[in-house]
Amino acid sequence: MDRLTEYFFPKQVSSFAHDIDNLFYFIFFSSVVLFAIVVLGMIFLSLKYRFKKDDEIKLTSSKDHSNILEALFFIVPLILVSITFVWGIRSYLKMVIVPDNAIEIKVTGQSWFWTFDYPDGGTTLNELVVPSNQPIKIVLSSKDVLHSFFIPVMRSKMDALPNRYNVMWFDANQEGVYDIFCTEYCGTGHAQMEAKVIVMKPAQYEEWAKELGSDDENMPLDELGAKLYTKKACNTCHTLDGSALVGPSYLQTSQMWGEERVFDDGTTAVIDDNYIRSAILEPQIQIVAGYQGVMPTYQGLLNDRELDALIAFLKSLNKDSQI
Amino acid sequence: MSHDKSSPSFLQHHFHDVNQQYETAKLGMWAFILTEVLTFGGLFCAYTIYRSWYPDMFVGANLLLDVNKGLLNTVVLITSSLTMALAIWAIQKKNKKLSLLMLIATFLFALAFLVIKYLEYSHKFEVGQLPGEYYSYMGPEVAHINNPHIFFSIYFIMTGLHGLHVAIGMGLIAWLIYSTAKGNLHSKYYTPMEMIGIFWHLVDLIWIYLFPLFYLI
Amino acid sequence: MTEKKQNYLTYPKGIMSWLLTLDHKRIGIMYLVGGIIFFFIGGLVALGMRLELAAPGNDFMSNDAYNNMMTLHGAIMIFLFIIPAIPGALGNILLPLMLGAKDVAFPRLNLFSFYLYTLGAIFAIYTILSGGVDTGWTFYTPYSTQSTSNVIPMTIGVFIIGFSSILTGLNFIATVHKMRIPGLTWYKLPLFVWALYGTSLVQITATPVIAITMVLLMLERFLGIGIFDPALGGDPVLYQHFFWFYSHPAVYIMILPAFGIISEIIPVHSRKKIWGYKFIAYSTLSIAFIGFLVWGHHMFTAGQSVLSQIVFSFITYFVGIPTGVKIFSWILTMYKGQVSFTPPMLYALSFLFLFTIGGLTGIFLGAVALDIHLHDTYFVVAHFHYVMQGGTIVAFLGGLHHWWPKSFGKMYNHTIANICALGVFLGFNGTFFPQFLLGLRGMPRRYATYDEQFVELHSYSSFWSGILGLSIFFAILNLVWSLRKNNKLNPGTNPWGAMTLEWTHTSSPPHPHNFEEDPVLEHGPYDYDKVIVKPTFKK
Repeated sequence: MDRLTEYFFPKQVSSFAHDIDNLFYFIFFSSVVLFAIVVLGMIFLSLKYRFKKDDEIKLTSSKDHSNILEALFFIVPLILVSITFVWGIRSYLKMVIVPDNAIEIKVTGQSWFWTFDYPDGGTTLNELVVPSNQPIKIVLSSKDVLHSFFIPVMRSKMDALPNRYNVMWFDANQEGVYDIFCTEYCGTGHAQMEAKVIVMKPAQYEEWAKELGSDDENMPLDELGAKLYTKKACNTCHTLDGSALVGPSYLQTSQMWGEERVFDDGTTAVIDDNYIRSAILEPQIQIVAGYQGVMPTYQGLLNDRELDALIAFLKSLNKDSQI
Repeated sequence: MSHDKSSPSFLQHHFHDVNQQYETAKLGMWAFILTEVLTFGGLFCAYTIYRSWYPDMFVGANLLLDVNKGLLNTVVLITSSLTMALAIWAIQKKNKKLSLLMLIATFLFALAFLVIKYLEYSHKFEVGQLPGEYYSYMGPEVAHINNPHIFFSIYFIMTGLHGLHVAIGMGLIAWLIYSTAKGNLHSKYYTPMEMIGIFWHLVDLIWIYLFPLFYLI
Repeated sequence: MTEKKQNYLTYPKGIMSWLLTLDHKRIGIMYLVGGIIFFFIGGLVALGMRLELAAPGNDFMSNDAYNNMMTLHGAIMIFLFIIPAIPGALGNILLPLMLGAKDVAFPRLNLFSFYLYTLGAIFAIYTILSGGVDTGWTFYTPYSTQSTSNVIPMTIGVFIIGFSSILTGLNFIATVHKMRIPGLTWYKLPLFVWALYGTSLVQITATPVIAITMVLLMLERFLGIGIFDPALGGDPVLYQHFFWFYSHPAVYIMILPAFGIISEIIPVHSRKKIWGYKFIAYSTLSIAFIGFLVWGHHMFTAGQSVLSQIVFSFITYFVGIPTGVKIFSWILTMYKGQVSFTPPMLYALSFLFLFTIGGLTGIFLGAVALDIHLHDTYFVVAHFHYVMQGGTIVAFLGGLHHWWPKSFGKMYNHTIANICALGVFLGFNGTFFPQFLLGLRGMPRRYATYDEQFVELHSYSSFWSGILGLSIFFAILNLVWSLRKNNKLNPGTNPWGAMTLEWTHTSSPPHPHNFEEDPVLEHGPYDYDKVIVKPTFKK
């Protein structure tokens, strides 16, 4: 079974993954048997009773009914689906009843990144850090349209709604870094709305939680900015190589430093520190010509030092110029 | 193969006899009525859900509706159903004149309904009791209510869709008046009148539900 | 009367006689042409998507372009092809013939239905040409109320086509009830008629709900009514309930006619009475009814109450049981028959294989705990393609090959048809089976690009989609090519030796008014154990 699991599924990291995979196998093997009966039956009967070249057309059998067979058609599938139904619900109830000792992490989806707020304060973007062997209760909501929070290795998924909190939980039994995908179509950046869940040993997690927000204090600004570029999900919409994504490439912005940039309403502004700051905090005010105004504001998600860091990073991309 | 000369002119070529044609028309019309029930049913469902979520909003906002006009419309529509039924009865009794009179009366009642609706709507437009994002009325009745625009959204959609059906019904009745006057409909063949009559009774019935749900409770 | 020697294709003459026709067979042909055109358009869009997905990253199109394509593929295939095609094309041509009637109950309404379909199609084309729509065919709010793409024209198109569907359903119900010849009781009806009847019941009861949902969506965009938009006090999950209340029964509108086709092909090409006639008839009605009670299984991760999840999962399993009965009945029909491996039969056998996989994978999705993992992944995409394409479209192709000689009086090349059928079978499995694995491994759907880990399976899927596309194309081309003037293959009135009225009592192609005289029922539709009807075509 393990080899099948390796082939079919991502790792079994949550405490209920094993049970769900077993449910899958029950249905799978039952289906294989039923399918074999169908296909073999079909092939056997069609070949055995095939009309051969020199056959005469004749009256065929009147047999169109058999109590035993028809009872079997009903009863056997009925038994199989009953088992499946009951198993499915019992496993589901385990997934839905959150253990009392769960630690709560608030997850907010918005187009197109995930924000994680931790119980002791601190926020990360696109990176969910959790301790292993500890139930984690995810309280989920969206800031705009529908999203869905999916962690394949946990076999766990829940939609993020804008007007309601949805709850899911999991309990990771293996350290590692795993994928998180958005699984409710949400527009242009839906496929890029990926994140990672980092499962750490509990002691490591404690340390990490303490340092959240404090480890960056001594880093040089442009280095911090490079780190924030991915940590704060700017990379979802802005590249560093000059190619345009949802937003202009940082490289291009950097290369145009000191020059005028044109906006979609015809106005212009010089690209400088102030422009970058306002573009991050109030992105809807000046939308670059040729792009859509979809950037969310980072007000509250970046402190002043982090803003400075991003500006420094941006400038550093164009190493030739003297800015 | 067409019918022989003894077949009535109103018998279509793909039917064997008048009875088959009539039975088929009735079945078709009742199936159509079922689809209308489901269409409005969806809207009644939305009404029920929103009423259960925002009961205060409904109770407060409905004070802004003019019960008198609503009641008058109800009487008008019920009477028009009566005249419609009488029109059919008259044509069965070979009384073409009475039938035409009743059809015209039905038409006029329908018109009256729409006029009264127009008066209601125009007053609402004036004071800003409009659906959705166009809503702007901030009077004392809704001062303590959240989202009054939702009530008016549902109100306008449902009464609007109903009003559309009244207008369509008027067009159909006008056609009946024309056909009867011309002699195409008579005591031996009045199926279209009966079918449109069924439709008209449905339109009446829907209003009989709308009126209390919006105006009275 | 020269009319006597003519058939419905040649008489009356002139383009206006087609555009204003009241002949159900001509209306059926027009639906067939329209349906196939949109099938090809939707198919080309799909091939474009698979080309893009052959490798990760944006190779040929931006995210927005892909999102538009995936929406259009779904909307075109579902609303402009699968839902209208079998009832509109095959249903229109065959239903009155199978009942011994001269036309449907309301011929003018039938023409009106066709023009509604055309009008809806025009709105869809307008949407494509004016920038497309990128919400996904499900139009979930709040994205669909906020998207800057052309949501409103597309929803108008869907609304209008919905009416076409309702009126066709209405017409068919009245026809089946009232237009049968004497002696043709319910239990003597061909099962295709039962299938159309069940489909029509669903059409008239479910479609009004999508119509009103589309209206509410349009008004939400126009007027900001606030019914689905949380910022205005509304609820996006309410939209999902309204949408799926129709769209789940809609999938039964898509599959029941296909079941009907299989119920016709297998007895004829096995020369054997169908197994379990009454079971198949009753299961049609029960599927139609139960189908209305399961819509919440599309929303298992939306945050429904635990009780709702349990109830929807429970009823979902019930819908699968009658379908299983059908599959076993079809297979047992071949027992002690005389099976010919004609193109229609190959498609029918293909259907049994592919639809069984599709149906069984629905069981996985009905188990709530497992659906949490599989929802909105490629597993679902594979499941519905197996039932809609491996099921309905394969049955449709089978039906086309079965009734083509009747409708046009021409026979197509069987060898080419068989090769194409094989190509469809292999191409289809190659395209969609890998997608089950993709879904199990966590690949979400509606992704324009994807993680490197998924590349291998996507490349297989894309490769085989090319084979699938080519096979379908050539299969249809082969059919159309049979219409050429110098085609010597003459099928005669009953090339397969079948027993239902359209085969035994009409010419190929049929007379404009179907029957010279009212047919008299001589035997049941599948009495291969009592009567021998000789095929008029020898390969």
